Amino acid sequence: MLTPAEVQALVTSLLVAGRATVFALPLAILVAWLLSRPRTPGRFVLNALAHAPLVLPPVVVGYVLLLVFGVRGPVGAVLFNTLHLRLAFTGWGAALAAGVMAFPLMVRALRLSFEAVDPGLEVAARSLGARGWDRFFSIALPLAAPGVAAAAIVGFAACLGEFGAVITFAANIPGETQTLPLAIYAALQSPGGDALALRLSLLSIAIAVIALAASEVLARRAQRLAGR
Amino acid sequence: MLSVRIKIRLGDFGLDAAFEGAGGGVTVLFGPSGAGKSSVLAAVAGALKPDSGRIALGDQALFDSAAGIDLPMERRRIGWVFQDARLFPHLSVEGNLRYGLKRAPAGPIGFEQVVETLGIGQLLQRRPRELSGGERQRVGLGRALLSQPRLLLMDEPLASLDAARRAEILPFFESIKSDFGVPILYVTHSLAEAVRLGDRMVVMRDGQVVAQGPLAEIASRPELMLTGSHARDGAALDGVVQGHDDRLTVVRAGGWQVRTPRLQLETGAPVRLYILARDVMMALDPPSRISARNVLQGRIETIEAQNGRVLVRVAHEGRTLLAALTPDAIEDLALKPGMSVYAVLKSVAVDGLGGGLLEALDG
Repeated sequence: MLTPAEVQALVTSLLVAGRATVFALPLAILVAWLLSRPRTPGRFVLNALAHAPLVLPPVVVGYVLLLVFGVRGPVGAVLFNTLHLRLAFTGWGAALAAGVMAFPLMVRALRLSFEAVDPGLEVAARSLGARGWDRFFSIALPLAAPGVAAAAIVGFAACLGEFGAVITFAANIPGETQTLPLAIYAALQSPGGDALALRLSLLSIAIAVIALAASEVLARRAQRLAGR
Repeated sequence: MLSVRIKIRLGDFGLDAAFEGAGGGVTVLFGPSGAGKSSVLAAVAGALKPDSGRIALGDQALFDSAAGIDLPMERRRIGWVFQDARLFPHLSVEGNLRYGLKRAPAGPIGFEQVVETLGIGQLLQRRPRELSGGERQRVGLGRALLSQPRLLLMDEPLASLDAARRAEILPFFESIKSDFGVPILYVTHSLAEAVRLGDRMVVMRDGQVVAQGPLAEIASRPELMLTGSHARDGAALDGVVQGHDDRLTVVRAGGWQVRTPRLQLETGAPVRLYILARDVMMALDPPSRISARNVLQGRIETIEAQNGRVLVRVAHEGRTLLAALTPDAIEDLALKPGMSVYAVLKSVAVDGLGGGLLEALDG
């Protein structure tokens, strides 16, 4: 049904989006929780940083990533010299670029859920002897579970579709960083690639529909878990 | 023992409150809404920081502005029962009950005992949203108790329930008081709850403490009770059950013997009666051949005229009764403070704090 090239693009996409979501989600949860608390110091700066990828052109984000995480960039050089880890133009780099772009969307979904948790429950937990992190894990996080599910789905879908930052930071290498949108772009650039582009587009639509259905199911489960 | 002396400014509202709680038992913080009761409670819990003052439990300061002490809420070990219960919706009833227990140092209050006292054994696997309002309050009470608190705060725990529900839950609060020995600070604007549960009473108005003392004494001062209607003015009488006959119970209150409709209490059990001033008559001589079962001799302490009627306070061996009379009656009998009189009341008018009192006092 699918040609090997199509399977390769699909697998690359799922791998990139999966890695990006797994690594970005915990950080997004932490940032969203901090942002939902009115007494967090530096809330304004944190908020601006977390939302920057949403307002910057994706190419700029990709370029900034190159500057910072490229082999000669301040962070990239350290990673390369100590761990022999190269991010630019690799699959992990594609995941990093996609994750950074999806980050603000995840934070927004999570923040709404954290803000919807009744502060009275937090007071009740405190009066019962629960300290800060204990309250986060025993009250805030379980009650925000529907938001965590939503953020994971939204983040995963956004990573699947990310184009500009990925191609700038990780290039368009088949089997490594060539996700579905990049493969569609490559097909459109080559003569007679229209049919392939159409088939890949249909594949993207199918994945989107499946992801939406999955998010529905997950959100319902999470709501039951949160006792609503 | 709880001692509170705090000042808090909240916008236009100033709170300046000082009082002592009862060493054990229930201290009722009583007053109209907006008097500052809930703010005092929040300050004791650690949820609201006073501008200045001191809050201490025994000899440990929880807050002391002079010494720079402000123990965080999670380390005060004060249980809090909320008006809206605030059960954790993602945990079962058992999960809620064990939440505080898990985080508390080992203490004397056991899971099984609390579950049994509150009658919530069949609810353990349920989720909070599946509980009725009364059940939620019981679970919230159990959860607070199991955190092994040194003091329990109750913020109008029955205010969100209807009269029938309240009558059903009140006995649980009474057993908490008798079974677990945790001192309780109980905020309410319900005179019925106060009279039924309280040992000590602190009356607040406009951010100030206007009176405090033993409950029977304070609750027998109608000007403090704001019952909203003179029909509910009355006096609380503390006594013990002396015995029962077929239809009546005899209660000894100081030097008085009061006959009440039969009470379901053991001989020797402490009991509090509430007697409405409009149910009490005055006689100068002991009346004979009279249907009323109670003729109580005492001395007039005060006579106070209030719009259209007169409140006479009669005392004997530390107990007081109030009688509401017309100005004519005062004149005809020439009543004066210091006179010896007989207070006459029907047995059926004496309330042994059964369910009837709730409606009678709170309308």
